[in-house]
Amino acid sequence: MHKLPLIIKREYLAKVRNRSFIVMTILSPLLFVGMAALVFFLTKANNEEKKVMAILNESDFFQDQFRDDTSLSFVDFRGMPVEAAKDSAQHAAYYGLLYIPKGGDIEKVANSIELFCKESPGLGTLSSVENVIRNNVREVKLRNFGVPDEVLGELGKNYEISVENFTGEKKLRGINEIKAFIGGGFGYLIMMFIIIYGAFVMRSVIEEKTSRIIEVIISSVKPFQLMLGKIIGNSLAGITQFVIWIICGTILLFLLAGFLGVSVGELGGSRIPPEAADAMSGISGGMQEKAQLYLAELLKISWGILLVSFVIYFVLGYLIYSSIYAAIGAAVDNETDTQQFMFPVILPLMLAIYVGFFSVFNNPHGPIAVGFSLFPLTSPIVMLMRLPGGIGAGGVPVWQFVTSIVLLIATFLFIVWLAAKIYRVGILMYGKKPSYKEMYRWLKYS
Amino acid sequence: MNNLLEVNSVSKKYGQFTALDNVSLKVPEGNIFGLLGPNGAGKTTLIRIINQITYPDTGTVTFNGTPLQPGHITQIGYLPEERGLYKSMKVGEQALYLAQLKGLSKKEAREKLKYWFDRLEIGGWWNKKIQELSKGMAQKIQFVVTVLHQPKLLIFDEPFSGFDPINANIIKDEILHLRDQGATVIFSTHRMESVEELCDDIALINKSKKILDGKLVDIKRQYRSNTFEVGLDTERKEELQQQLQERFTVSPAHFKSLADELKLRIQLQNGYSPNDLLEYLVSRSTVNHFVEVIPSVNDIFIQTVKDSDSHA
Repeated sequence: MHKLPLIIKREYLAKVRNRSFIVMTILSPLLFVGMAALVFFLTKANNEEKKVMAILNESDFFQDQFRDDTSLSFVDFRGMPVEAAKDSAQHAAYYGLLYIPKGGDIEKVANSIELFCKESPGLGTLSSVENVIRNNVREVKLRNFGVPDEVLGELGKNYEISVENFTGEKKLRGINEIKAFIGGGFGYLIMMFIIIYGAFVMRSVIEEKTSRIIEVIISSVKPFQLMLGKIIGNSLAGITQFVIWIICGTILLFLLAGFLGVSVGELGGSRIPPEAADAMSGISGGMQEKAQLYLAELLKISWGILLVSFVIYFVLGYLIYSSIYAAIGAAVDNETDTQQFMFPVILPLMLAIYVGFFSVFNNPHGPIAVGFSLFPLTSPIVMLMRLPGGIGAGGVPVWQFVTSIVLLIATFLFIVWLAAKIYRVGILMYGKKPSYKEMYRWLKYS
Repeated sequence: MNNLLEVNSVSKKYGQFTALDNVSLKVPEGNIFGLLGPNGAGKTTLIRIINQITYPDTGTVTFNGTPLQPGHITQIGYLPEERGLYKSMKVGEQALYLAQLKGLSKKEAREKLKYWFDRLEIGGWWNKKIQELSKGMAQKIQFVVTVLHQPKLLIFDEPFSGFDPINANIIKDEILHLRDQGATVIFSTHRMESVEELCDDIALINKSKKILDGKLVDIKRQYRSNTFEVGLDTERKEELQQQLQERFTVSPAHFKSLADELKLRIQLQNGYSPNDLLEYLVSRSTVNHFVEVIPSVNDIFIQTVKDSDSHA
């Protein structure tokens, strides 16, 4: 087996010295940070554009109810005729003209309010205007019923249900989403790694076939050793690239953040799903105490288990998929022939991510989540989304965790055995149009 | 002389297709052994079995008296017909890598490479990438890599393809030199003139079966047909030809000569010796040309393959 390190070293160096690899390694963090900065600027620029709306109020209601806020301000066109007001609003390039006609009944007035606009108004703007109208109608009607002001004030209050488990431990709203998001991050990492670096392995196999060196090599080493060396060498190159990206990306983000004078958290905010963002805005809502509770809850995640599981699922998942990629590479003569085999490989990965985000986030321990976290081709991603909830009570049941790992190991052994057989025959086959039937036949060769 | 390699009743099937059917061979040590056969006869499968790239379904292969085992690959050098090198890797680095895979230490490999690069005058290529070299140049590197670890057994599959005549000659001389130093060579090719030139023994495989093997001279002796090519200077050509046809099997012959003579191919039968023929001819004409027709490997190849195909 002393030849394995030699093969790993060659594969690693061949990959790392490859020009496109170097370019990608350098360019990607720049691109990533550049994109983040661009998105940030665009969002900011979009929000900073302040809209001005003219109001022509001929009724007795809604006086001084439309107040300026950060994105919308109002200009009063009191006393103007409607047509003149429309003209001036258009000439002044105002966002629109809000016309409130005469009337004695607030409900009738509210129903006949019109907004004249050059282009169809944004939903946000529309709903904020409608909110003002609705609240005002409600208030006026309640007041007509003789409801006192204190009561009216109290009606606006928000109520929040406090969540506890049966043992009385406090639960925080949104914490499950945050946790699943963390696990989802790990799962996503695994998927990206498999897709990018699995294809490396495949390309490297195809290169050996097309350059016809393969027969020279396997007259010196066992095909299995070569395949294993290839997978390990390429994944080490991948890890190198990932580490460089993380380091460079972090440094660049901090530099950029310092330069722009914003916090990194703000930059990252755009990538957090809405539920989690809600929960987070709860933090920035000024409730220091609550923030600490969230932090405490996050620290309570068994990071040890999570990280160890990440490594296990990562290694096994990656080995399973990259052996499949190696077998595909061996079965074809060139990269264009690989396409028919790529879809079935990527399908379970995609499924895992979508099922994860749409189902596991909402119900981390529901039947779909359990099924997909046991099925070996999706478990590396889906199980990691469930694991931040912990193992045992309240989290992933121990039997599920163990079953998932056992199934994964069994599949790993089976797939590697299968892939090695296809690989061994495939690398010496030229000019044969590969098909599943053909590959099945290869399995029976001794 | 003992046999370095013995193949005993080896059979190999790929699904329904029989690649080798009960093939046995003996490759004597220190010889150049020609492995011949039409395309798809099973040569490559046999060579791959010897290299332990694939394994026989039944039958055994012994190397130097012991059954073939993984340790033997360091004693075998194999130049496959489908060959190539990593295109974007540098020559020196690549040669070192392949040598180390054959079990040499880095230091040994470097020393041996220096010897071979000097010998073939390719020292300046060390830092070049394969893709910068011509096909012939890359073939030279490939040859060096094959022989570098001084294997006991060398297997060359079409070694001269991709070489110009000058370089093919250099490689031929190197193969002979390696043989003289004690290496045993298995040589698979379709170029029959190089078989004539190089091989001591041959085996002929057709449609997965061995149909002929032995020492090249023995085989030639076995295939001699007592036929002589003669050039006769005489006034009465037609009369002489007629007389000859009454006694022997005669056919026209074609060879270059200076005189306008009767050129014939005469096959002896009925206990006639070459001397009888010569006496007969001398008494009737001037004999300018008299030579035995030795069957070429090419003729033997074509004839045996045809015979075995018609039997099958």
